[in-house]
Amino acid sequence: MPIMASTRREVETQSFPLAVYIVVPLLALGLQSFVSLHFSNFVIFDLPLLVVIYFAMTLRTPVAATFGGAFLGLAQDALTHQPLGVFGIAKAFIGYLAASLGVRIDTENLGTRLVLTFVFVLLNDAIDWVLMRHMLGEPLPWGWLHQLSRAIVNTLFAIIFFALLDRLKSRG
Amino acid sequence: MESFFSRYKNALVLIVVLVAQLLALAVQAKRPTTDGGDRRSVSLMRFAVITIITPPERVLHSTGHWFRSVWFGYIDLIHVRRENSDLRGEIQRLRLEQATIAQDAEQGRRLQHMLGFSESYIYKTQPAQVIGTGGTDQSQVVLIDKGSASGLKSDMSVITADGIVGKVKEVSRYSSQVLLVSDPTSGVGVILENTRIRGVLKGRAYGQLQVADVSPDARIKVGEPIVTSGGDQIFPRGLAVGTVQRVIADPDRDPLVDVLVRPAAKLSQLEEVLVVTSMSDAASPQETKDLAESEAEGEAAQKRASDVLSERLPSRTDPNGPADTNPEDLVDAAGNAIKKTAPPKPNRPDGFSPNAEPDAAQMSPGQRFAPVKDGTEDSATPLRSQLPQKTVPASAVTAVSHARVPKPPATSSPAPHKSVAPPPVTAAPASQPPRITAPSSGDPGNTPQSVTPPGGAR
Repeated sequence: MPIMASTRREVETQSFPLAVYIVVPLLALGLQSFVSLHFSNFVIFDLPLLVVIYFAMTLRTPVAATFGGAFLGLAQDALTHQPLGVFGIAKAFIGYLAASLGVRIDTENLGTRLVLTFVFVLLNDAIDWVLMRHMLGEPLPWGWLHQLSRAIVNTLFAIIFFALLDRLKSRG
Repeated sequence: MESFFSRYKNALVLIVVLVAQLLALAVQAKRPTTDGGDRRSVSLMRFAVITIITPPERVLHSTGHWFRSVWFGYIDLIHVRRENSDLRGEIQRLRLEQATIAQDAEQGRRLQHMLGFSESYIYKTQPAQVIGTGGTDQSQVVLIDKGSASGLKSDMSVITADGIVGKVKEVSRYSSQVLLVSDPTSGVGVILENTRIRGVLKGRAYGQLQVADVSPDARIKVGEPIVTSGGDQIFPRGLAVGTVQRVIADPDRDPLVDVLVRPAAKLSQLEEVLVVTSMSDAASPQETKDLAESEAEGEAAQKRASDVLSERLPSRTDPNGPADTNPEDLVDAAGNAIKKTAPPKPNRPDGFSPNAEPDAAQMSPGQRFAPVKDGTEDSATPLRSQLPQKTVPASAVTAVSHARVPKPPATSSPAPHKSVAPPPVTAAPASQPPRITAPSSGDPGNTPQSVTPPGGAR
């Protein structure tokens, strides 16, 4: 199973209908906020992060992914009461990293998606924790078990979620 | 130079974006506003995002609400009648409880007024639906579907019937953000109900609640209720907060302890909340009306209970008999209070009053000249005027008998008074006034007397 992108098809830039770029992030934010209301354990998922990772790996444009991650993260910040920028910084960085890697490796591969998503979720949480703990002075604990289970759950969910989003790609 | 920017364009964009956000974050963290709220630019951004997010959330909420209402309103109606009946019974019970408590509350208000103590009461509330959350476990925030258009403002308290929920943080026109009490940045003045220990309620990581930095006290027990103290000027005094769940040592401040709190309101399953939009030093008209209703209901229920009790208890009066001229209680048949009579004062210092008593020849053994009241004869009754006839009316005799008739043994029989009729009394025929006869033995003055009134044995 080749991981590095070796063919032209693998590095080919994908595209989506314009509505997808608006509706999917909005839906991710809305569902994250709404479902958590009725199922408190749903906060273990991070739908906006998965959207950032997917579009970054699929579109493979670091600048767009950076801005996209920043906007989505800031929107997520705005829904909380914490200072704006915590999620924005983390998601902007993850978006850039995912897009940069997407240029070099085959992100269509299931194994690659699994590993990258797992690493990106952990990295995102680590950046959040550093910012919250050391910049904002919030006493946020770091629990390895919680963070690993969160990364695993999001990675497993990403398999289904990414497969659904693949169906929205523009044909031709 | 141009090649440098084009070559490292992506990295430079990333650095610019990160630095800009870091600067913004640093400004927000290091220069908080005086009122503890957000800066104007931050508020605008939150306002924009909430405005964008609210419509789809409303759609999702309405859709979910429709499905739930169809299910719970039309399909899942098993046991609804019984539940309704139970709830009605509970309302009656609570009304009675409220009537009792209302007296104490009213007395408390009067005393507070006398002391010049001003107390804030919830005067007006605005119900709201919870339509979303902050979506992360680091921030305990919910969105409600009411905003400035409904009169909401920042720092208004949000409650449910179970207990406090939080306070309004950001307000847009048709929605608002509520900071839950379980958030680490929130703070509510609370007091432990039994031990009267005061503290500040704060959130811990992952939505737990605690009263931090409390002096260790062995009296703090698990399950002790915690209420608001009113010291934060946001929540009125006395609202339910929760109960003591556990007491743990504070790792940072050694002698002090943290009291973990189980919230009274279900903070993880909020659906409807009440925003306190107005507080006053007097009860609201609705509350006053409710109290008056429950007081009236309570009085009516007490009267009903008294009636039921009086019907079930053995009666010592004959409903068919003549009126009682000398009841045991101090209230006459019309309900007027009877003034207690004093024993007749003797005319002479030796206790003898000439011509105050009839001749001994006219008396019969055991006969009284006045009804007995409180162990003494009442000279102001008409018995004395009937002495020459040597007989007394049945009603008066009945009254005398009531005064000292021994109580019948307790039985479950609905008419136990039949066993009261004592043997030493001879009943007169119904056509004649009954004559009192002395018992065959014993002290006639102290022996309980009884007669059978017209109409049969009692």
